[in-house]
Parts: sequence; C-alpha cells; structure tokens
Amino acid sequence: MAQIIVVTSGKGGVGKTTSSAAIATGLALEGHKTVVIDFDIGLRNLDLIMGCERRVVYDFVNVINGEANLNQALIKDKRSNNLFILPASQTRDKDALTKEGVGKVLEDLSKDFEYIICDSPAGIEQGAMMSLYYADIAIITTNPEVSSVRDSDRILGMLQSKSRRAEQNLEPIQEYLLLTRYSPKRVTTGEMLSVEDVEEILAIELVGVIPESQAVLKASNSGTPVILDNESDAGKAYSDTVERLLGNNVPLRFLEEEKKGLLKRIFGS
Amino acid sequence: MLESNLELKGSSFTLSVLHIKSAELQKIRIELEEKLAIAPQFFLGAPLVLNLAAVAEQDINLSELKQILIEQGLVIVGVTSGSESQLSAAKDLGLAVIKPGKTVESKFINAPKSTQIVKKNIRSGQQIYAKNADLIVVGTVSNGAEVIADGSIHIYGTLRGKAMAGATGDNNAVIIAHRMESELISIAGQYWLAENLAEHDTDKACCIRLADESLLFEPLTF
Repeated sequence: MAQIIVVTSGKGGVGKTTSSAAIATGLALEGHKTVVIDFDIGLRNLDLIMGCERRVVYDFVNVINGEANLNQALIKDKRSNNLFILPASQTRDKDALTKEGVGKVLEDLSKDFEYIICDSPAGIEQGAMMSLYYADIAIITTNPEVSSVRDSDRILGMLQSKSRRAEQNLEPIQEYLLLTRYSPKRVTTGEMLSVEDVEEILAIELVGVIPESQAVLKASNSGTPVILDNESDAGKAYSDTVERLLGNNVPLRFLEEEKKGLLKRIFGS
Repeated sequence: MLESNLELKGSSFTLSVLHIKSAELQKIRIELEEKLAIAPQFFLGAPLVLNLAAVAEQDINLSELKQILIEQGLVIVGVTSGSESQLSAAKDLGLAVIKPGKTVESKFINAPKSTQIVKKNIRSGQQIYAKNADLIVVGTVSNGAEVIADGSIHIYGTLRGKAMAGATGDNNAVIIAHRMESELISIAGQYWLAENLAEHDTDKACCIRLADESLLFEPLTF
C-alpha cells in the first residue's frame, strides 16, 4: 500500500506546490516510485513548477469522470523514471472532485506507487477537503507569520475531524510541520515568528525549515523543482526534509543568520 | 373538472388574551384607556381573546363589554374559560368560543452535573460545548477555537481561544488554565477581553472567577 501524503496549509501562497514538487522529486531521487497529484482544479500550477505543462493531454478530472484512464493522464517526469505527475484540470471547478472519484483514483495509484503526494489548493473548500480526506501523512506548510499559523491550526482541526481516518476512527493522520520562507535575519529583528514560536503554537512535529531563497522563484520560473538546485540553501533544506520523512535523523540547518566574513563586511555582499 | 372556490386548512395563530378580572365595566374602561395610552399603535386592530375565568361566577354584561373594547379599537375574536351562560351569551354576540389553551409550565431540570474530558488540542475553528457539565481539556485551546461549559472550565495547557464558563448562568463557575492568553473569557455572561487579561500575570497557572458581578483574577500559587 502506498503512503498518501497531503501537502496543505489553509492559507495560499505559502509554498504548497513548491514543497509538493520538491518532496515528490526528492522521494523519487531516493528510488521510491512517486506520483504527485494537483488538486487545485481550475488554478493548476504544479505542471508549471514541474516543467511539464506542454505535455498535459488528459487530467485528474478526466480520469475521475472516466473520460481517460490513468495511464493516459499520468505524465512521466523527464528527470526521474520514478516520478509521475497527475495534473489538474484548468477548465473545470473543484466540485468535479467527488469523494468516490478521488478514492477510486487513489486506490488505483496505490497499486503501482510507494508514495502519493497530494498538492492541496488553498482554503478549506471541496478541493482542499478532498486532498486531505484519504491522507496517511499531512505536511502542514506554514510561513512564520501569524495568519499562516492560524490557518494551519484550522487545517489541523479539519484533519482531526473531516478526514477518512477521523471518520472511521482509525489511527490519526501523522502531522508534520514544514516551515517555509524562513528568514533568520527577520526573526532576529522580531519581524517574523521563530521556529520555537510556531512549534509551540501548533504543537506538531517539525519536519523541515526551508529558508527564504531567491532560488525558489528561479526554480519555479524555469520549471525545475528547487530540490534539484544542490547549490541553494532551499534545495538542501528540502533534501533534508525528505530524509526526515524517510525516517532518517538529520539536524536542522539554516536556522541562524549567516555570519559575514571580514572581507564581506568590508566590501559588502 | 370542477375547480373548488375554497379550501379549508388548519393553521395556528398567536393571539393575545385579555383577562377580565372584574365585572365592573366602568373600571375596566378607565383602566383600559390608561393602558392603551402607553402604546396605542400596538393594540390598534389587534385580535384579542377574552378570558373570563376570574369572573365566571359573576354576572357580566358581555354585550356592553364588547362595545367598550370595540370603542378602544380592539378586535374581539372569541371568549374562553367562561361559565355556560357566559359562553352561550358570547355565541349570541357572534363571538367564537375557544377552548382554553394549555399553559406550558416551565420545569427547571436539575440534572446532576457531570464532567467532560477532552484529551487533545482544540484547533482554530473547533468548538466544544460541555452541556450541563464541567469541561477539562488536556491540551491547548488555539486562537480561534471556542470552549463552552455550563459548569467550570479547566485547561491543562495554554488557553488562547475563547472560553465561556457558566454558560447557563452558574455564578460559581471558574476558568482555570496553565497559561492564559485568551481572546475572550466569560463567566455567566460577564466577560474580559485580552486587554483586560494583559493587566495580570497570566504566564503562570491562574484562575478566573466571578465575585460580585465582576471577574476576578487569582494566581494559582501555593
């Protein structure tokens, strides 16, 4: 049976799709057969970030409605044989996602894949609810600011009450906190919540801290998941996150402000 | 096919009942004038039922009484709870005889108070109501969450959301939390916002209770 991982947040623009793409790619690079599904029907982005938007023929809604089979809709990633993308429909709306339809697709995918990553849309409506309903693991993507933390808290409540595991009284969903766009400098100046603050409020296990980085925007625009950028802090932090998801103990990095060397201090950076 | 020109349907209406407590019509007229002067528009054209229970043993001139009420702009639709002769007199005047309505006696149910225990964090958007019970939360109540109890509320974590104890008016209810950073706390309707709490040292375990109609902060130190 595949592990179903939902990447969710409640709030928009915090990095769900970036994280879904990076984590899915990371798991595939580690040799695990992985599929990443875009649940953001009507506002699809995942295919852009994965760099496969020109290869979308059939989508998730087509499969649910029986207009295409899974093999027709799945797009194989150019960079890894273990990675597949199931894109969202751009022309339908989120009500096209039904509990039965999504359940059937996930069940079929479970036979072939080890990990199924569900990229949730923002909000707490149908699309977001469907993406988390069948989850075994939830990665709560949160920015270190008050409104994002509040929305994450709301989503955690939903996971505990509206998911399949909650409704059927099974073992609860494993919840992990992924802190994104973290800027140690702004934490020092008090403009941002610190890792400890967010951990204390949400009270769930921390799986990774992704530093604010120019590399993320660059990667998105070029259609390459940022985890493939080995040079960038963000890429390294996502690699660490994937290791932790796989159960390896990796220390947190990039939590402290980078100390400027003497030359940098004199000549500026 | 014959189309019906009328249709009979059952329906219930709320009617005001005027209790007549004296057979002295002049006194009734004066008292009524005074009453109606307070809110003339309210009673104008209002359908009324006369309750004659208090004067059932007495001789009362119904026709004259009806006239007095009509002069005041009231519309009498029927009478109830009168003696046999009063009711037949009412029929002759074209008034309906109405069976006395049931008076609902409100019984205060004094069920024994219980305790509801919740062993998890209460997240934003979640609401917990401990009906007729104390509420114990082993966890944290997040911002945007609500905990309500008819009795007291105990939180073995941080209270950041709203807490309402004594929701049905129990003045003896208390709210106890290990840390109190609440958006709103209320006991039996008296409430404090975060700014009222900020005046106190809420980093340590503390208790809020009601004393003389206002909330009182007490640190829990021994």
